Order: sequence, then structure tokens, then C-alpha cells
Amino acid sequence: MTSPAPMAAPQPTPQPDPAAVPALSIDGVSHSYGPRRALMDVSFNVRPASFTALLGLNGAGKSTLFSLITRLFGIQTGRIGIFGHDISRSPGEALRLLGVVFQPRTLDLDLSLTQNLLYHAALHGIIRREAAARSAELLARIGLADRAASKVRDLSGGQMRRLEIARALLHRPRLLLLDEPTVGLDVKARADIISHVRQLVTEQGIGVLWATHLFDEIMASDDLVVLHQGKVLAQGPMNRVITEAGAQDVNTAFMRLTGAQVMPGGGA
Amino acid sequence: MSSITTRDAPRGFTASEYMTCLTGIVWREGLRFLHQRERFVSALVRPLVWLFIFAAGFRQVLGISIIPPYETYILYEVFIAPGLMAMIQLFNGMQSSLSMVYDREMGNMRTLLVSPLPRGFLLFCKLLAGTAVSLLQVYAFLIIAWFWDITPPLIGYLTVLPALILSGLMLGSLGMLISSGIKQLENFAGVMNFVIFPMFFASSALYPLWRVQEGSPYLYYVCQANPFTHAVELIRFALYGQINWVSLAVVAGCTIVFMIAAIYAYDPSRGLARRGPAGGEA
Repeated sequence: MTSPAPMAAPQPTPQPDPAAVPALSIDGVSHSYGPRRALMDVSFNVRPASFTALLGLNGAGKSTLFSLITRLFGIQTGRIGIFGHDISRSPGEALRLLGVVFQPRTLDLDLSLTQNLLYHAALHGIIRREAAARSAELLARIGLADRAASKVRDLSGGQMRRLEIARALLHRPRLLLLDEPTVGLDVKARADIISHVRQLVTEQGIGVLWATHLFDEIMASDDLVVLHQGKVLAQGPMNRVITEAGAQDVNTAFMRLTGAQVMPGGGA
Repeated sequence: MSSITTRDAPRGFTASEYMTCLTGIVWREGLRFLHQRERFVSALVRPLVWLFIFAAGFRQVLGISIIPPYETYILYEVFIAPGLMAMIQLFNGMQSSLSMVYDREMGNMRTLLVSPLPRGFLLFCKLLAGTAVSLLQVYAFLIIAWFWDITPPLIGYLTVLPALILSGLMLGSLGMLISSGIKQLENFAGVMNFVIFPMFFASSALYPLWRVQEGSPYLYYVCQANPFTHAVELIRFALYGQINWVSLAVVAGCTIVFMIAAIYAYDPSRGLARRGPAGGEA
């Protein structure tokens, strides 16, 4: 349960080493819906330029955690920091560095791709000319430049997801959250999205927190956080989590840790 | 200060960022409105049915004496026009709140609320955007009504604008306040029964209050206490280039109260947090 050295590093020093500031730090976070406890003393960090997989079954508390990080719910106990900005005390600075892809689709279906992007840019105070330039650039990167003026309604599920990722990157965040972004997509679209996001980590140094219940989306080089029934059961580099669980692969490790039945096909 | 250390100094937001955000939200709301032609048509048909059918039928039943701001005897149609303008805004305000509940269920609300700008400001922009849409509807109604002999002085079309903005904000923030308390879309029918109809009928929209007083003194007091009455009177006087100071004070006061309450209700540490996960599993 101990964090690796770079993750556990940040100490309250007057001149913090920039590399030591986690992209995301979750510190003793608990959350209840009335009597039901959704999260219990959750703590972990996401390093800059790293891919951290948040692995948990449906109902593990992943979406609650995302709602807390994005300030949809208020924090009841604990702290959340984005590059050192406490989201309760300086939400503006924290949210500016954060891009999010929520699990439910959050695009305006009747507006065009460009219009959706421009609206998002406006919400971040990006002036129109700059926003238009960035939108065109991002649409080109996700291969949808020729669809810029079509309605979002006419896109496929995978294309919508790619658009949502482009939208989340429009304000150039340094931390990207994705809540089960591949749910409901076919194999090809899934692979495209995963490789695109991994590229963002290696090429642009974005810290990524990827919530999933699908084991095959995780790679050996990733950091792993196993969330089960509101508690963090294990965290750290994937290989270490597997070794510490006395398992050979992530499926078995997850099963040992949670006592859950793993479904055939690599999903929990 | 445990594990959280600050990397960048907070830089806050510039006036230009606020303006960009405001225009962006109004622009998006306008676009959405243009795409929903049925909404525009029904927003227009509703008051026109009242004007063409209800008013025509009631013209002979209700005699209207000369009351301010009118200087002559007027037709019943002329009397209810400001009430119908306020009704357009009432429905629009409640419909905006309906769309906020829908957005919250569908997740669209999240894109708004993860904007780094202060949440109170975002909600205020949303209210202004809803009000702007209601202005389009009201002026479209006024154009059609002009052909139905509802011809206020030309200057009235201009002087009514600030009144409409204020009443639009009041009814919009009331809708937003209600939307923060609605868990599900289905509960919206209750809003119709318990908010829209009582507010509309217990007001001066359809009959002058002195006539209500003759019939039932108690209802008269209810009407007087109804903020919608004051929205109607504010619009009525403004349409004839006059100011009803009492109504102005009530509408302005209610706008401030409703708006603060709505922003409070949407504060993440209070309102939404208590209602459990929105859209999706925990």
C-alpha cells in the first residue's frame, strides 16, 4: 500500500521541486451519500506524464471520485490537489489545469463539432480567434477535420469519444481524467482511443487518470490504483501490485485483492 | 497543509475571460434555441391562443375601467398582453430549468460546471442566456400582437426592454432554484401544477386586481404577494413608458433573493452533493 518514491515525495517545503508536485493528489478522501459510504479514506497520486489506471468494478466509487475531483460534489473529508492547487480553496486554478472526459456523453448533439469545441473554449475564457485555431488543429489531429461542420449527432460512438477527448484538451490541461471512456465502443475504436491517450502521455507529458474495469486496457508500465467498495486496496506500478498480490497477471491480482469473480473476456 | 504544495501562483481571471465566457454561453443557448423550432413555435402559440381565443371570449364579460398606465378605455386584449408577455417568460424560465435538470441527468451540465470560472458567474451567464431567449420570444409575440391591434407607443417597445430583462432574470432564477431541488425529469409535471398555474392565475395577468378584490379580498392579498403580479405590472407600465416603482422594487428584490438562493443551491459543497451520483453509477 506504500507509494513509490516519486509519488510519496511531496513535502511541505517552501520551494517545492516542480517535478515532485503530483499532477493529482488525493489525500484521505471519504464520501457518503446519506448512510451509504461511497469512498473511505482514499489516497493516491497521479504523477505528471504518467498513465494511472483506476481499476474497479461498477459501484467501486470511481464515478464518485471523478465527481469530487471535478467539483460536482463538495469534498466531505480529505483534500484533492491538482498540481498543488487545492480544489476547494482555489478551484479556478485547479480546474484550469484539468481536462475531463465523463462517462456519459456530454456533447450538444444538434451543434456542429466546431460549435461544441468553441463553446467549451468560451467556458475557459479562450478568445474566439484562438479557440477557432485550436479547434481546427485538434479536429485535424483526431482525423475529423472534414466533419467540422457536421452535427455531432451524425458521428459514430468512437468519433464522439475522440471529439470529447479533443474538447478536453482544448484549454491545454496538464491532467486528463477519463471515466471509462471506451464503454460501448467497438474493438477498433477502443484501440484508437487508448493509443491516442497514451501518446498524449509520452509526447505532451500529460498526466492521465483512466478509470476502467477492463484489464486489457492496462499496460505493464502503468501505475495502478485498485479501488473496491470505496477503498484503495493496492496502488503503485502495475508489476509491483501484481507481485505483491502474489499473482501472475492483473486479472488474478485483482481477484485476489477483491475476492471478486472475474468475468471471462478480461473484464471485471 | 499536508501533501498539497502549490506550483503556480494563482493568476485569477481577466475581464476578457469573463466576457468570452458570457458571450459563449449566450451564443450556445441561442444556437440551441434556433435548433429547437418546436420550442419557439409552442412558445408563441401559447400566448397567441390566449390572445386570439380566450381574450376574444372574455372581452364582453370583463369590463375594464380606466386604470393606470392606460389613459383610455381599452380592449381586454390590450389589458392581457403584458400578462401574456410575462407568461412567455414564466414558461421560458421554467423550461430553462427543465433543460438544466435534463442537462444534469444527461451530463451536459458537467461541461458547464467544470469551467474554471466561478460557479456563481457561470450560473448568472446561464440565466442571462435564458433571458435573452425569452426576449426573442416576447418580441416575436409583440410583432404578431401589433397586427391584432395591440399597439403600445413605439417608445414602449424600447422602454419595456429593461423591464423584460429584469423579469426574465427573476423568473429564470426562480426556475433555476426549483431545478436544483428536482431530482428527476418526471417531477417537472409537478412544477407545472404547483408553480406555473398558481403563479399565473393568482396574478394581475388576466384581470385587474381591483376586480379580484371585489370578488375575494384574500385572493387579492395572495395576488399582491405574488412576485409574478409585479413582473406583469412592471412590464405593463414599462410598455407605456412608465415605471411602477413598487413592482420594480419587488421584482428587483425577488431577483436578487432567487438568484442568491439558486447559486447557493448549486454550490458543490451544499446543493448537488446531497443528492447522490448524477447520471451514472457511484
